[in-house]
Amino acid sequence: MTDDVNVSGSLRNRLAMILTGGAAVLAVILFVVVRALATQVAQQGQDNILNASMSSILDTAIIRDGRVTLDFPYSSLSMLGTSADDRVFYAIYESDNLLSGYGDLRTPNTTSHDQNQFTNSTYNGDTIRIATGTRILIGSDGPRTVSVSIAQTQDALSDTLNIISRNVALIGLGFFVLSSALALWAASATSGQLHRLTRSVTRRGPQDLSPVTKEVPSEMGPLVGSLNTFMSRLNHTLTQSEDFIAEAAHRIRTPLATVRSHAEATLQRVEHSENRAALQSMVRAIDESSRAAGQLLDHAMVTFRAENLETEDVDLVELLRELVQRMTPVADMKDITITLKSDGPAILSGDAILLQNALRNLIDNALKYAPAETAVVINVSTTPEISVSVMDGGSGFATDEIKTLSGRFIRGKDTGNKVGSGLGLTIAKEVTAAHGGTMSLQNRSEGGACVTLHF
Amino acid sequence: MRYLALLALCLAPLVAVAQEWEDRQVFGAENTGTPLRILSSTDASFFTPIIEDFIASNPSASVEYLVTGTADLNKIFRETPNDFDVVISSAMDLQLKLANDGFAARLQDVSHPEWAQWHNSLFAFTSEPAAIVVNRSALGDLPIPNTRQDLIQLMRNHPDHFRGRVGTYDVRQSGLGYLFATQDARASETFWRLTEVMGRINARLYCCSGQMIDDLITGDLFMAYNVLGSYAQIRAETSHELLVILPSEFPTTMMRTVLASRTAENPQVAEDFIRHLLTLQAAGSPTNFPLPSLSLSEANGGQTTIALNPALMTYLDQMKRDDFIREWEDAIVQGK
Repeated sequence: MTDDVNVSGSLRNRLAMILTGGAAVLAVILFVVVRALATQVAQQGQDNILNASMSSILDTAIIRDGRVTLDFPYSSLSMLGTSADDRVFYAIYESDNLLSGYGDLRTPNTTSHDQNQFTNSTYNGDTIRIATGTRILIGSDGPRTVSVSIAQTQDALSDTLNIISRNVALIGLGFFVLSSALALWAASATSGQLHRLTRSVTRRGPQDLSPVTKEVPSEMGPLVGSLNTFMSRLNHTLTQSEDFIAEAAHRIRTPLATVRSHAEATLQRVEHSENRAALQSMVRAIDESSRAAGQLLDHAMVTFRAENLETEDVDLVELLRELVQRMTPVADMKDITITLKSDGPAILSGDAILLQNALRNLIDNALKYAPAETAVVINVSTTPEISVSVMDGGSGFATDEIKTLSGRFIRGKDTGNKVGSGLGLTIAKEVTAAHGGTMSLQNRSEGGACVTLHF
Repeated sequence: MRYLALLALCLAPLVAVAQEWEDRQVFGAENTGTPLRILSSTDASFFTPIIEDFIASNPSASVEYLVTGTADLNKIFRETPNDFDVVISSAMDLQLKLANDGFAARLQDVSHPEWAQWHNSLFAFTSEPAAIVVNRSALGDLPIPNTRQDLIQLMRNHPDHFRGRVGTYDVRQSGLGYLFATQDARASETFWRLTEVMGRINARLYCCSGQMIDDLITGDLFMAYNVLGSYAQIRAETSHELLVILPSEFPTTMMRTVLASRTAENPQVAEDFIRHLLTLQAAGSPTNFPLPSLSLSEANGGQTTIALNPALMTYLDQMKRDDFIREWEDAIVQGK
């Protein structure tokens, strides 16, 4: 069905794509933000310890015997012990003279008067964080500036950050996977509603134009509403036209019968051969019209009854025997023998009138297309399922028409001057379908056509 | 002028080798290739079985074992770090500062307790307390000092008996002596009173534990404070005069440490040696590891082991060192 529908993209895929894409973007943002925050916090932690260490050293600065000394406690450096055993460097200056520590730690330009400043640098090839503080001591010979820089490598910090990054990455991944699962679920739940509606519409028989009564989500309400309206309009139109055809056929058939009886009567009285011929062809035409009208009526009847099927147990063999009996005179006129083969009663639950109508059309066709002095064989078999085959000794179906012959008003090309409306096979097919069966057309290998109804 | 230059040229290599080692031993000399040069403060007798075991499992290796004092060792290695592959010292503070200053190579994935290593480059492999060692017969009927307080009492009550007969480290010369002294001072005020009392009775100052023990055996010394317990214990096995006492209030315990020079010529052999040494330590078999291994110190938990921590560098600060030495001199060298 979708072959002739202009399809572009998929609602489900688009929905899933938007939701998973959004989840991915959110996961990345989560990772970046949390990692940045963690870096900040971890750096803050290191800075606090460096600052505490630096202050504890700076606080011990005193002037003794005219020189600055710092008797800093053991804890000043021990507080800098980390799990990664970070290396520690320090430098103590009075103005620009190194008092003790690592003289090459401080780059010349970092001496500023900012209190407690933190800088990043490299020392011995390692990244270090330096905290620097200054203090002014008032000695007898004026103010003296003492500054302390304390530095630490960042191994423990980067270890911490790596652990945090890994954990945050895992959380982000988990978040993404969960969101994606939710997105897929939401997308398929949404499109599932559409699928269910599609299935329930597709499953309908060709004649079922009743409105959809299943509950649908509010978003699909308008669509289903218009579908229902459309179907009821279609149904109305169809019913109207079927009624119209039945009515027309009925109205035509009665006057035609009158015209035919007048024509027959006139034929008896007319002697002139030309006139007789004209009258005969007139009767033929009337027959054809009358037959067509009859089949139109039959078809309308079949359509109606098939829609409101009333079932009872019908013995197909019995039904066929009656039919054969009734049609034998017609067959005799063409010297055709009708044989009914069966291996016992074939009981089918169905509408006897419809079945009779269908089978009559098939036998009628067989008699019509079979040449004189041939045999028409009707075979009923009950295994594995009930099937009825009607075979004749005619010329068979044209192979390129087999697929289309059962359509309405379709007639074979080599039907010559045989009377027919093109509705016979249509009626047979629709009746079979109403009973849940199928009809197949074949050509027999020994010549002639074979129509089989499988129930 | 030309002769002077020639003289200088001739003397230059002499100056380079003019280093006087306390001991110098070569193991596996018949093996070709550059020997692994170990700079150590530990007596060669302790390391002979360790090195022989190492050569047994690395037959192509040869080892040159050079012994000098801790302070000297630190100075030599800082000046020529390329000349030595492995450095072993009992002065934890100097060793840690070497590692901190980037002289040590980082060895990855060494299975060693976290508390006994620093920065994957400095590895502790012994646990040795500082002891009070006395000569039994010299002590006579006097009570055996079990604590620093006892020691102070003893010297105060019998100053004449002990005058010039008590020994301890000269912290100016010995890195280990300085480490013991600073850790003592950090732990208790008793240290300063003890130093003062020792100064009053003209305590003798030594560069190394070995000499103190020698003088204790001969009876030249009656008592010595902060002697390396491990050395004294070994000598006490052969000399019944020696009595080794671990101060019961807090024995200051040092861990001997090893590091591989970052700029060494044989980095792989140095690393192999350290791994071998640590494996022997963990096995703790006295035949090929005659030093007290770490696990023993864990067993008698009461000891105060000096931790491997950047704080060890505190007393190495030039200002702090100057202050400490001045104060120590004021206390102990008062009479001199």
